[in-house]
Order: sequence, then structure tokens, then C-alpha cells
Amino acid sequence: MTAETTAPEDKRRARFPIFRPLGDRALTVSFGDSIDAETNETVIRIADSLREHPFDGFAEAVPTYCALLIIYDPLVISGDDVEHLVAARISEARHQARARRRWTVPVHYGGPAALDLDSLAAEKDMTPQELIALHSGAEYRVYMIGFAPGFTYLGGLPERLHAPRLPQPRQMIPAGAIGIGGQQASVNSVAGPSGWRFIGSTPVRAFDPARKAPFLFAAGDLVRFHPVAAAEAAELSARVAQGDTVIRPEQVA
Amino acid sequence: MLEVLSVGPMLSVQDQGRQGYRSSGVSPSGPMDPPSLALANRLCGNPDRAAALEFAVLGGKFRAERPLRIAVTGGDCDLRLGTTAAAVNETHRLEAGETLSIGALRGAAWGYLALSGGIDTPLVLGARATHLRFGLGGLEGRVLKPGDRLPLGAETGPGPLLRPATPPAAATADTPIRLVLGPQDAHFAPAVLDLLTTEPFVVSAKRDRMASVLDGPNLPAIGGHDIISDGAVPGAIQVPGSGKATVLMAECQTTGGYPKIATVISADLPRLAQFPTGTAFRFAVVDRNAAEQAARAQATALQALLDGLQAKPGGTLTSEYLLSRDLVGGIYDPEAVIAQKP
Repeated sequence: MTAETTAPEDKRRARFPIFRPLGDRALTVSFGDSIDAETNETVIRIADSLREHPFDGFAEAVPTYCALLIIYDPLVISGDDVEHLVAARISEARHQARARRRWTVPVHYGGPAALDLDSLAAEKDMTPQELIALHSGAEYRVYMIGFAPGFTYLGGLPERLHAPRLPQPRQMIPAGAIGIGGQQASVNSVAGPSGWRFIGSTPVRAFDPARKAPFLFAAGDLVRFHPVAAAEAAELSARVAQGDTVIRPEQVA
Repeated sequence: MLEVLSVGPMLSVQDQGRQGYRSSGVSPSGPMDPPSLALANRLCGNPDRAAALEFAVLGGKFRAERPLRIAVTGGDCDLRLGTTAAAVNETHRLEAGETLSIGALRGAAWGYLALSGGIDTPLVLGARATHLRFGLGGLEGRVLKPGDRLPLGAETGPGPLLRPATPPAAATADTPIRLVLGPQDAHFAPAVLDLLTTEPFVVSAKRDRMASVLDGPNLPAIGGHDIISDGAVPGAIQVPGSGKATVLMAECQTTGGYPKIATVISADLPRLAQFPTGTAFRFAVVDRNAAEQAARAQATALQALLDGLQAKPGGTLTSEYLLSRDLVGGIYDPEAVIAQKP
């Protein structure tokens, strides 16, 4: 991968991609060393390319912020050959158009899951209404899924809402809780302990193993939050309990 | 149905694991020692994908409504069918209503109980493996407890009782656990990387199906122990702020924010998983080509072990033989009958 120009940005990028082994069944390909949408988009395009046109021995591709994890079968293909195959398709895949999905997620900013709505607003010297307007006015990007089944790491949280995690995690936060952790936002996908701050909840389930499509979100998706009243949230919850996903993504260019 | 009468602290349904969901945050789970599960299944005439039970050190007591072929693998332990002692790594016939007792493993950490027909709990995301952390698969996604009843799959018929031509070797620390450096070995000073192979490590009690924390040298990272989260796999050795090497295991997270100094090669990970708590061992660094060669060698050896299973002498009871015994006199246990065979 040689840089076509010598601009500083391209020089930096010329160091990448970097291939590193993760034992004999996986390797990582790094495309950068910062969290930005462009690098992440490259990671996701290469993952898509591998899934659409897998090489013999390909098992799984796991996109993360700026690196791609590739799982393969060493009984079928060597790590050296995986590196060559992946390197050969990077420039092509990098420029391939990708249809993106945008989800609009209904959120009830209130109720028992809004544990930190009032205190966070006070901390930020704003009213809860202002906090809600900021949070639901932004567009977020799913940089990666990890930590828990279907758990989204969302970038794009307005800077005024950045908030450190709690020193002591809470024991049980329900699925659907809408959280803020540092510079990131998320939709809690499974119930469990968490040190994030929570400002509301969505009736939507990011993960339901019984559903035909168990996972709602994928890396590279865009997400917006849409405030709904308690009554509407309850109505949607009833539909979700029946296995309805409730929301559909729109395709964006 | 298989009835669980008593259990150790960690008994769960496992199959080969849940593939294809890592990018959705779900690691495969599955066995800590895949070759031992494969052997147990093959001994019972099950396909490789069949689900069995995995236990940490202590087995338990079980009873079934129909006669079954059973096998226990993973390590040596006190195994009884009714009151008759039986050997591990062999098929046995468990009579309907008879109690199967599995004691504590000796020199191993993970045991497997396979039963003909396999455990037939529902498929969740394409697999039966229990993912304890997220409550997926197995029986309600949890460890088993006394009183649990597990559905069993249909059996093709009475198969032969088998044993390997040569019993599988126990997991020992006689030879080093091999690892490939990286992906984040550059986050550690050369002198720290050297510690990986010059100092011994010990399997600490902080271990489960997710990870195994090792006692050993402090491994400080250059510039701190937080990295931009990237993908992780079983075998990867994470080094969190404590400086303690932590080997990720079958149920590990799919992504992580700690530097991974090295990765245990796939051929040696089951052996490391089987080390009893307190085992001291050494690491040796190999390159990826050597790791791939070891993976091929292990696959070949496992295939030879499975293909070389032989019918046990006296393992098939003929009606003439049975009729020759005084069964009314109280000997009803087939193993006891075989044991008495001249």
C-alpha cells in the first residue's frame, strides 16, 4: 500500500494497513490509530467484502473501531496467505459504495431506567429537556458491536453530554436502557451490571435470540433517538413482547 | 430424559460452540478442551456436533430413563455405574434407572460426559453450547442443578462399546505452552517481553470459562493498559492494569480494550485449560508457521485417535453369554458381568 501523494494525512495512512497475528486462527488488520468515521468505514467495507466474497477457510470478520479481526481455519489456509488475499482486495473494497442503514429508535426519557437524567442535567447546568433535545438531536454511528450480544458502541454524542462512568457499577441495568459512558452512547442490549449513566429507555430490543433477526444493529449503521411519551413506549413494549422488532431502518446513501 | 441428581459447582451443556456471531458480540463458547469433547462424543457414536456435559473438576450423579452408552473424558476420575467402578475414555452401557456417579478429576480441570443421542436442548443461534455470561443456550443458559431434567436425542441403535487404541495423554506442563507474540507486543518493552519466557507462570484460582488469570511476573505496558478496543479470541493473553497475564478462554468477550501481549497457539490452549489450579508452567515463543504446523499435527493426532477407536473386549454381550450367567443370582450389572468373564 503506497501513498499516492505525500500529504501528512496520507503519510500517516501509509503505515497502514498493519497485519498482526492473533495466534494461528485469527489476525487483525489495523487501518489507523484513531477513532474516526473514515477509518471505521474502511474497516467495515473490508469486512463486508470478505463476507460477500469469502476466501476458502474464512470463518468470521469482526469490525472494531479501527481494526478488523479475521477468523480463519489454519487447516485450510495459512495466515500468510490470508494476509496476501486481504491486502490484495483492500484498495478495491475501500472505494466500493456501501448502502448504510439509519435507525430511528424511540426513547422514553423518564421512568425507572432514567436513573441519571436529572442529576446529569444538573451536573451539565441544563434542564432535563435541554439534555433530551441534545441527545435526540444528534446522529450517531455504530462503530462496533462488542462487550455483550448486540451491544452498540455509538459515536457522535454531543460533547456537552460526555460524562465519566460511575466509580461503582450498578448491579442490574435492564435491557433497553439508554446510556452514556465517557464520549460514547449506547442502547443496553442485555440486562446486567453497568457503570454508565442512564437517561431513559427504549422498548426496542437490540438483541432477542428468539427473534428471526436476533440482532438489530450492525457496525456502520446510523442511529437517531426519537423521544416518545410513556404511553407510546408502553404500547411499543407490548408489540416487542410479541416478537415484533417495531422499527425498520431506512437506507441512506 | 437425563436426570441430574447432584452436581459440582459448574456443570453445563456444551457443544462445539456458536459460530458466526462474533461481530454481533457473541463469542462461540463451547468446550474448554475441544479434543476431549470430540472423543467423548465419538465413543458414544454421536456426531461431532452433538451436545454433552462439561464439568469443572467435580462431576455429579445422573440417571436416565432409557439405557445409554456413556463416556467420560478430559481427565482421570472416580467413575461408577451403579456401584461398579469404570474407566474414563471408554464407552460404558448405563442401564435405565441406574445411577452414574462422576467424582473429582485428578490432574485435570475440565471433564466431559457424553451420552448416546446427545443432549437435545433447543438450538439457540444455531448451537446448544451454554454461554453462561449471557445466559444463552444449554438449559436456560445456566449451570445445571440437582433436579434438572435434560432431553436426550434419538439414538440410532445399540452401538459398540469403544476404547482408544492408546489412551489420550494427560495434560502436563512438562513442555512449555507455545505462544505467538502479538497483536500488541509492541506495547511492551523488550525486557518485559523476555519475562514471558524467562519466568514461570502459575494458573491462579481466578479462572472460569471466560478467562484464566496467571500468577507470574508483572508485565507493565508502555503508555498504559488502555488501547482502542479491538477484536479478541480465546488464547489471547490480555494484560490489564494489574500487569497480570490473563488468558482469554472459550467464553471470552469478542472485543477488548487491554493490550494483548501474545496469543497461546490453538494446539496448546486445551492443555493450558486443563492444568489444575496451582500448576506452574513456562511459555515458549514460536512463529505463526510453527503454530500452524502444530495445529495441523494436533488435528491429525485427534483424527487418528478417533479413527482408531476399537470395540472393547467383551464389550458386546451375546445372548449365549448372558444366558450362561446366573443373572437371577443378583448380577445385573453388565460391567460386573464382563469383569467376571473368564
